[in-house]
Amino acid sequence: MTETVLDTVLGLYNYWVVIFLMMTGFYIVIARGNLIKKVIGLNIFQASVFLFYITVGKVSGGTAPITAEGLEVYSNPLPSVLILTAIVVGVATTSVALSLVVRIREAYETIEEDEIYAQDEAR
Amino acid sequence: MSGLVPLYLALVIPLAGAVLIAALGRWPNAREAATLATGVALFAFVVSLLEHVLAGANPGVVLVWLLPNLPLVLRLEPLGMIFALVASSLWIVTSLYSIGYMRAHGEAHQTRFYVCFAVSICAAMGVALAGNMLTLFLFYEVLTLSTYPLVSHHGTPKAMKGARTYLGVLVTTSVGFLLLAVAWTYALAGTLDFRAGGILAGRASDSVLLVLLALYVFGTGKAAVMPFHRWLPAAMVAPTPVSALLHAVAVVKAGVFTVMKVAVYIFGPDLLASTGINTWLMYAAGFTVIAGSLVAMAQDNLKRRLAYSTVSQLSYIVLGAALANTWGIVGGSMHIAMHAFGKITLFFCAGAIYVAAHKTEISDMRGLGRAMPVTMIAFLVGALSVIGVPPLGGSWSKWYLALGALDAGQILFVAVLMISSLLNIAYLIPIPIRAFFSKPADGSEPAGFREAPAFCLAALSFTALGCVVLFFLADDVYRLLVPWFGA
Amino acid sequence: MMEAIQAQLPVLQVVIPLLAAPVCIILRRRSLVLPFSAGVCWLTFLISVFLLGEVLEAGVISYALGGWAAPWGIEYRVDALAAFVLLFVSGIAALVLTYAPRSLTDEVPASRHYLFCTLYLLCLTGLLGIAITGDLFNVFVFLEISALSSYALIALGGRRQALPAAFQYLVMGTIGATFILIGIGLMYQMTGTLNMADMAGRLAAVDGVRTALVAFGFLTVGIALKMALFPLHVWLPNAYAYAPSVVSAFIAATATKVSVYILLRFMFSVFGLEFSFEQLGLGRALMPLALAGIFVASAAAIFQRNVKRMLAYSSVAQIGYMVLGISFATATGLTGGIVHLFNHALIKGGLFMAMGCVMLRLHSVDLDDMAGIGRAMPWTMAAWALGGLGLIGVPATAGFVSKWILLEAALERDGVLIAILVLLSSLLALAYVWRVVETAFFHEPSERAREAREAPLSMLIPTWVLLGATVFFGLYTDYSAGIARQAAEAVLRGMP
Repeated sequence: MTETVLDTVLGLYNYWVVIFLMMTGFYIVIARGNLIKKVIGLNIFQASVFLFYITVGKVSGGTAPITAEGLEVYSNPLPSVLILTAIVVGVATTSVALSLVVRIREAYETIEEDEIYAQDEAR
Repeated sequence: MSGLVPLYLALVIPLAGAVLIAALGRWPNAREAATLATGVALFAFVVSLLEHVLAGANPGVVLVWLLPNLPLVLRLEPLGMIFALVASSLWIVTSLYSIGYMRAHGEAHQTRFYVCFAVSICAAMGVALAGNMLTLFLFYEVLTLSTYPLVSHHGTPKAMKGARTYLGVLVTTSVGFLLLAVAWTYALAGTLDFRAGGILAGRASDSVLLVLLALYVFGTGKAAVMPFHRWLPAAMVAPTPVSALLHAVAVVKAGVFTVMKVAVYIFGPDLLASTGINTWLMYAAGFTVIAGSLVAMAQDNLKRRLAYSTVSQLSYIVLGAALANTWGIVGGSMHIAMHAFGKITLFFCAGAIYVAAHKTEISDMRGLGRAMPVTMIAFLVGALSVIGVPPLGGSWSKWYLALGALDAGQILFVAVLMISSLLNIAYLIPIPIRAFFSKPADGSEPAGFREAPAFCLAALSFTALGCVVLFFLADDVYRLLVPWFGA
Repeated sequence: MMEAIQAQLPVLQVVIPLLAAPVCIILRRRSLVLPFSAGVCWLTFLISVFLLGEVLEAGVISYALGGWAAPWGIEYRVDALAAFVLLFVSGIAALVLTYAPRSLTDEVPASRHYLFCTLYLLCLTGLLGIAITGDLFNVFVFLEISALSSYALIALGGRRQALPAAFQYLVMGTIGATFILIGIGLMYQMTGTLNMADMAGRLAAVDGVRTALVAFGFLTVGIALKMALFPLHVWLPNAYAYAPSVVSAFIAATATKVSVYILLRFMFSVFGLEFSFEQLGLGRALMPLALAGIFVASAAAIFQRNVKRMLAYSSVAQIGYMVLGISFATATGLTGGIVHLFNHALIKGGLFMAMGCVMLRLHSVDLDDMAGIGRAMPWTMAAWALGGLGLIGVPATAGFVSKWILLEAALERDGVLIAILVLLSSLLALAYVWRVVETAFFHEPSERAREAREAPLSMLIPTWVLLGATVFFGLYTDYSAGIARQAAEAVLRGMP
């Protein structure tokens, strides 16, 4: 019994980290009104998925996927490749988001969500 | 040879007319000439179709295959022939009349008016010649939409409100009930073609059929079976030629025609009679006949009184369909034509009184007959025809309806017809009588106005004459119908 | 030579707009950029016509990108459904860009027109890529290409509300895309492949239902966010309402439709009918959401003063119809869903284009300002009314065809109640459409309406082409419902 619990908690620790980060990011996006904080939350959220992909590709005891003498077990390189693309997408998203925040600040003089909507409703 | 009849011309002619009218909008005389030319051309074409029906042919033409197994199709048959003849002939008269009326009134947006007029007759032709239920539904909706600008013509808040009721009731019923019924029929029968003897026999349980029939009848809001009649009085805000168009030529007739078609070609008289699902429809129609007449008696506004009279008269036709026997169908179909001529005369007269004397309330019309003798005589003729007095057309259709009720063993509905006739007398006849034989309330002679413009007079004299002529043509109509629906 | 090109058509479909996008930056001059990008769009349209023709004639086209055979390489796979989506997305893109110059001059500073074209072409690339690719990860990448460029496009809107709207869309869109990414990752973990056809085969052999379940959940929520399925639609109304008219027209007509396409692909082609609908009961989950979306969004549309916002809510409702069709999981239901995808793209694109004409002349799309505009702009508003009739589903418009097929699908399954609900919802559409028609045609002109005049032909003609098409496809359905049925049947059969 204790063994299975240990297995789930410790043996799958990578998933726990992923889930913790994911929920943290998700919470920040939903709960914070500051647009910059929202962007940061979004980044943490995405980063958790990157980690997830990378741990999926890891084969225990495997080495970098370069053919060499005496090595039989390799980690799967494909998830890392995929996640490089996803990281690029993430960076692009962040930059678009940040530039939008800059524009919003110019137009509204604030980056707090409730103040922005209050300004539009007041008119 | 039956495939070669270019039925689509019945749609193309008025549509081309509409385009022409729109193009000639800047020259009123040319525009009105185009309207009349369209009407004459259409009528000539419809008359030319008569020989096919008399020869017993049933030509059809597929316009387009909407979906596999589901075409838009036109097909000629006697019921549609009658409706097409009535609508196309009265359309010419109505156009004549509206030229007089609209000019005398100096109404705005006349081009829009005539274009919508032409589109609505196109839709009425589509309804008349529709070869399946989907085609009929299509043109039914086009008719609603194309008459909306006519009803809201004045653009005043009152007109907008009336038009909204008009559109609201008609579209709600047609989309909410009729379309459901159509789709359901298709799901049950796998076709929507109008076939002699119906397509639903043996396809569904009695209770489903009952629901379907209710959906069809109440979905056809234009037939104004109570409680879905409110749009008719609401639409009275429209200019009088529109009221004539609505009440006699196109809209309400399209409604009862639809009910007729559904009863005859979707359910089939045998199915209706054998399952007994038509009984409630008879009661609904009978109730509307009486209630409509009673409400009409209480109206002082002439157009509103005529509107409720129409509500009542339409249910004669629905009753004919519900009786589900030869006499009922013949009587109902005949009543489409007879009521059209009678009621349009009454509306023309109401409009003529309004144009010439600016009077709308019946109590103000005492002594009017001396200033407007032609109008009031025509009114009397129209009224007598609606009541059903020989030698006027209306007498025949009521006769056949009564025969149908007897044939179906429904003595109650013979009584309904009789009572309704008495009520008709009570609410229609006092109007011309007072106009001729009593003086205005303050004792003065009506002064300062004469008969309505010549266009209007010509139109209403023509339709009044038509009421008489139809009396003698009833035999032809009978012979047109009976070979199809004879037992 | 011709044959060599023909063999490369699937990749050209995506690569041409992709490469043309940076060229726009190089060209830079407004007078060059707009005709150039319109030309590129028409070229992609031409390609999609050829592709559809080929698919209908010879069946599914499979193209191995870079010569690497599937399942190792990336496969582009064009079946009837994909070709159909490619066709209308590229067609509408081309038509909207042809319409764009006058409207852009009015709403976007001339110095940014070349950037607009770049983004527009990138967005098109993304949408076309989603439709054509047979590779799961590729779907994600193209989804983000189209999404990122559409955030920027929306932010080009003239009023400042466009900025928070774009930001909100970005946050929701990124969450949706990341959910999809998680789902794809889990599926890769289970099967070790990213090729859709290959995965469909291997999924059947996988026992671990729980992982499949989690993947399915993430994917469904992610896609629902992207296609603005009620109640995940909050981002849509503002985004559509405040974007430049041209962008609203393009995105409203295409973006959510392509997301519906992704749903179809995942649920039917990858997971398969049996897993999605029989084991998991996706239909039972989707149907109430679809119906609720139809009613709530239609009701919300009735109360909007801003007509573009009203159309946006109407879009949410219309997505409900598509999902409703899909939730039946029958050939008729799917046909209804797919044909509504197409019909609604035409209708909504045309309506937003007409709103662009109004915006050009009135500088407002508020209902109050549009009072009496029918007199000054009869052609524009007649087109609008025509599109509105399509939304209601009046016979002889494309909207009727989709509604009819949906009714048929409902009645086939004895769903009389659903049929009644569909019809009732049409009445809500009548209410919001008629409010505009009545105001535009029968009310006294507002001050702005008095000074307005008819929109220029360069905008009117494309608008009428699109809305004329709704009448054409309302009467002649071989190429809409006909192809949709083929596509539906192919999708139901699953991946060969």
